[in-house]
Formats: sequence, C-alpha cells, structure tokens
Amino acid sequence: MMRTMDVAIRCKGLRKTYEGNVEAVRGLDLEIYTGECFGLLGPNGAGKTTTIEILEGLLEPSSGEIEILGNHWRTNNRELRELLGISLQETRLAEKLTVRETLDLFASFYRHPRDVDEVMAEMELAEKSSAWVGKLSGGQKQRLAVATALVANPKILFLDEPTTGLDPQSRRQLWDVIRQFQQRGGTVLLTTHYMDEAERLADRIAIIDHGLTIALGTPAELIERLGGHHMVEFDATGKVTGDLETWRALPGVEAVHEEDGRVVLTVREPHETIPALLSDLQKHQRHLLHLTTRQASLEDVFVHLTGRRMRED
Amino acid sequence: MKLSVQPGAGRWKAYGMLLLARLKEMYREPEVVFWVFVFPILLALGLGIAFRNKPADVCRVAVVDVPEAAKTIDLLRTASAAGKVRADVVPHSEAFNEFRLGKYDLIVMPRVDGFDYYYDPARPESVLARTVTDDSLQTAAGRKNSIPTVSYVSNEPGSRYIDFLIPGLLGMNLMNSGMWGIGFALVDMRQRKLLKRFVASPMRRSDFLLALASSRLVLMVIELVLLLGFGAVAFHIRIVGSWTSILIISSLGALCFGGVGLLTASRAQKIESVSGLINLVMMPMWILSGVFFSYERFPALLQPFIKALPLTALNDALRAAILEGQPLAHQAVRLLVMSAWGILSYLLALRWFRWT
Repeated sequence: MMRTMDVAIRCKGLRKTYEGNVEAVRGLDLEIYTGECFGLLGPNGAGKTTTIEILEGLLEPSSGEIEILGNHWRTNNRELRELLGISLQETRLAEKLTVRETLDLFASFYRHPRDVDEVMAEMELAEKSSAWVGKLSGGQKQRLAVATALVANPKILFLDEPTTGLDPQSRRQLWDVIRQFQQRGGTVLLTTHYMDEAERLADRIAIIDHGLTIALGTPAELIERLGGHHMVEFDATGKVTGDLETWRALPGVEAVHEEDGRVVLTVREPHETIPALLSDLQKHQRHLLHLTTRQASLEDVFVHLTGRRMRED
Repeated sequence: MKLSVQPGAGRWKAYGMLLLARLKEMYREPEVVFWVFVFPILLALGLGIAFRNKPADVCRVAVVDVPEAAKTIDLLRTASAAGKVRADVVPHSEAFNEFRLGKYDLIVMPRVDGFDYYYDPARPESVLARTVTDDSLQTAAGRKNSIPTVSYVSNEPGSRYIDFLIPGLLGMNLMNSGMWGIGFALVDMRQRKLLKRFVASPMRRSDFLLALASSRLVLMVIELVLLLGFGAVAFHIRIVGSWTSILIISSLGALCFGGVGLLTASRAQKIESVSGLINLVMMPMWILSGVFFSYERFPALLQPFIKALPLTALNDALRAAILEGQPLAHQAVRLLVMSAWGILSYLLALRWFRWT
C-alpha cells in the first residue's frame, strides 16, 4: 500500500458528554495518515457523528486533544477550514438556488477553490447545473453535498454517512469520486454503517460502539483476527441452536454463534468442516434444512466483538 | 444564470455571493413576493376604499302613517337640508320594526301640535338623524338663526385617513419583513443544518450577517417606493418630506427590526417555535403602535410605554417626515429609540446566537 506515514488527523482521549450525562464518546484515540481513507464504522448511535463533528471543529469536546495537519482548532480555526472539505449528515441546501449557484457560493468562501465546472463534471452534475436544488433527486442532492466539499479543494475530506439512502448506482458513483480524490493525494475520513462500503473503500477502519473503538485495522486484518475467513451457516431438523458448543468440536471451527435461529460457524477450511458437519447430522438422523458458506465480512467481525448485528433492520 | 464574480475577486467576494444568493432565494419564493410587496398594497387599497372620504350619509327617516304625515313630508321637502333626509311614510308597527333592524335611523311621529322623535342615542347615525331632521323641520316651520354661521368643506390630502394609514402600513411592513425575512429565514437555515454547513467552511460569520442585513435594505427600498408610489398614484398622497430623510428613517427601521428578528431567531431550533415567537413580538405593536389608528386612544398611563416601542417610533417618524416634512434633527428621540432597540438586539443576539 502506498502511504507516507505523516499523520493528518490525530486525536487523543477524546470525550464528549452531553447535557443530561449522555456519554456519546468515551475516550477515543485515532491516528489517520495522510493519503489514506479511514472509515469510522459502527451502528447508529455509536458516536460516529459526534466524533467526526468534533474533528471538524463543529463541536467542542468535553476533553481530549485534536491535531489536524499540525494545527489546532483553538488557534488556527480559519486556516484549518481552508484545508478541509466537509459534507455533513443530511444538510438540506437552499432549494431555490441552482446547482451552479450553490457551488459558486461555497467556492467563494475559499481562497483557492476548484473550478466549479470541473467539480460538476466530476460529480456528474453538469447536466443539472441550472436546476434548482429542490428539484434534484436524493442521489443528486447527496452528490451536490459532496461537491460543496470538493469545491473547497481540500486536503482532507470529511464525509458523514455520505451514501445513506442512496441507490446502489449512486453509491458506487460516489465511491469512485472518493477514490479519485484519494488518488490525487487527499485524505478521507468517512463514517458509515454500511459494511460493504467500509470494506471496499477504507484502507483502515475503526469499529466504534458505545463511544469506544472496539477494533482498529485494515479490513483484511480485522477479518483475519476472527481466526477464520469463512462463515458456514446452517439449519437442520431438531433444535440445532440448543447446544452451540457441540458444533465447536467440529474440525476447523474457530467460533460459533447463533443468528436468526441458525448456527453460524467461523471456520478456517470449509472443505474440512462441511463433510464433518454433514456426517455428524447424518449420525443423529437430522436433515439439513439450509446450508450456505460465504467469506467472512466486517459484519461478522462486529457480531464477534459485540454479540449484536450492526444493522438491526 | 452565470454569476459574474470570479474566484479571487477579493475580500468581499463571499459577502457579495451571500447577498446575491439571499436576494435570489427571496424573489424566487412567491410567498415572499406576495407578503412583502403585494399584501401591503392590497391592504392600503382595501382600507383606503373602506374609509374614503365620501359625502355625508343621507338620514333615513320613517314617518309614521297618521293623517299629519303628508304635511310632515312637505315640510321636510321645503327645508334647506332637503337632500340630507330621505323620509318614507310607513305604518306604525312596520316603522318600529325596521328601525330596530337598522333600515331607519329615526322615527318621526307627527302630532297635531308638533312631532315626537324616537331615536337610539347609542347609534351615532341615529343621533345625527334626529338633529338634522329637527333642524329641517324647525327651519321649514320658520325658525330664524340667532347668530349667522358659515361652513366650509375641508378634505385636502394630508388630513385624510389614507394619509394616516400609508406611513403606518409602511412601518408595519418594515417590521413584518424584517422579522420574517431575518428571523424565519435564519431558523429555517438552522433547521436545515445549512448554518452549520456554512460555519464548517471558512466563511466569515460577519459576512453572512452583513449580507442578511443588506438584503433587508435592498428590499426596504423596493417596499418603500412601491407603497409610497401606490399611495401617490391611487390616493394622491402628498409626500411633503425629503426622500433622503424618509430613506434614512426606513433604513433605520429595517435594520432595527432585522436586529429584533435576529434576536428572536438566536436560539430557536424549529420554524414552528420561531413563528410563534415572531407573532408574540409583533402582535402588541400591531395594536399599540398606531398602524391603523392613533395610539392617543389608549390611556395616558400607557403612553410612555407605547412611545418606547420601536414600531411606534418608526411610524411617528415616518408620518412626521412624509406628511409634515419634519427634518430629521427634530426626530432625534424617535431615531434614538429605534437605534437603541436595534443595537441592543444585535448585541444580545450575537451573544446567544447558535450556528448549529
């Protein structure tokens, strides 16, 4: 992986307690390197938005230190703002301005903005340049929100749930834009609760739950830590989830858990485990009702770490 | 529309773009155009027609159908005030019934040696009908005035209701559009997280607020010209004072209410809550500050309080400048009242204002 080890964003002991003693962030340490795409992954309410808004200088942390490109919010607010491109979660831009007017407006805030036409072309908004924002589709609005961040010509791009609510095509399009930005040397910090997004886009991931980092590493490293790369999910007659430990004894099984009434095995080598599983079932005269195998994903990592699924829907 | 401001156009580029964006947003919003420009003119037109100066009403009199009724009608016809009284001969019960319903202002019951009048002292037109009818009958019967008097008609522009109304409407409109144009717009932007998005960029907050205030001034000029122009064309209002002083007073009023609007919007998170607040602030001034009628009608005890309200100061200053041509120097107290409200509001608003 191409990476200089300069740190773009560093935070230490970050805490945020809201009025009413809700601890949204409970001591977070992060180092995000220049040129990498870093993903904050976690379920809704994990503290991702609070964390990213503190890093963006929009929220005051209760305690902790933040350094961005060697600057601090307290002393270099305006200088820092010149370097960052920010897309908030669910900003509704002025509906009665056109796409071009909106981007011209945001470009006017920066000393060295990018060419508006170029950004529109990149975000595939050129056709819509004179359409009112209120008339855009959800995907186009989201792309415009990211465009207002890109027009800043930033060194770091902050994206809070950039693809939430988008159709698959719009999501992939946005991923391409983020990769292009990274290829030009930009650093990206994004939050998401989509596993596939984090897996495909992020060089490194911090999985956040209840305001704490519960795992940190590249997607491959995190999956590696499960012990097995494959997941075998099955169901059979009789109560298969009754005693999970019996399945753990099968060859090559690293971990066992239950999901939706089925048994899920984390295995190193499916070709060792599956024949053993089948013969075990046959021995006890149980019939297989369901069997799938798949590559282990970040979702499995999250389930492994918390015992819960990340997305409850 | 392609904007002409190019990147790198200098310190005031962002301010210019913010102002331009604000103005575009407003004129693309049909409701804004209606409430700010059309509504006050409709209001002026409606009230101007309803309260226009017209010839005095004819008194409607019922003469009860008795043998002397015909003679009574003859007497009324020969009187000098003949045109002011319209008399019908009606049966007794009908006369009282229709008097009760308001069709007649007065009942005349002729007797052999004179007249009985039935009238309602609580109805001004009934009181007037009694006086006019009695005068007519007495004069026709040969009464002579002991002192000679002459009456002249006076309904020159400047003293009519519409003259009083137009500056009041202008003041009210400056208040309305300041409160809604600043207060409502800001909370709407806050609710959309647009304010937060702006402060996430290097935009100067002062540029943003300045652009908002400037957009009010641009709108103020249009409101002023439209309403006064309409008054001049439709109701022949004579603008006695100088346009410069009217413009200065209006600017001060617009900025003052912009400040109050900013204060109202400083913390509200939802447009519903700011709508209630704006109405709460404006309601007392609609009634007390002499928009539609003179605040002299309120008890003397309330007068100092009423005069301290910003809309009262604005309305008084506008009337004095437009109708009497009073120079600004004579209006120092009113201008000070507006400035004080404006400055105090701005200072408190900046202290409390929530961008996120």
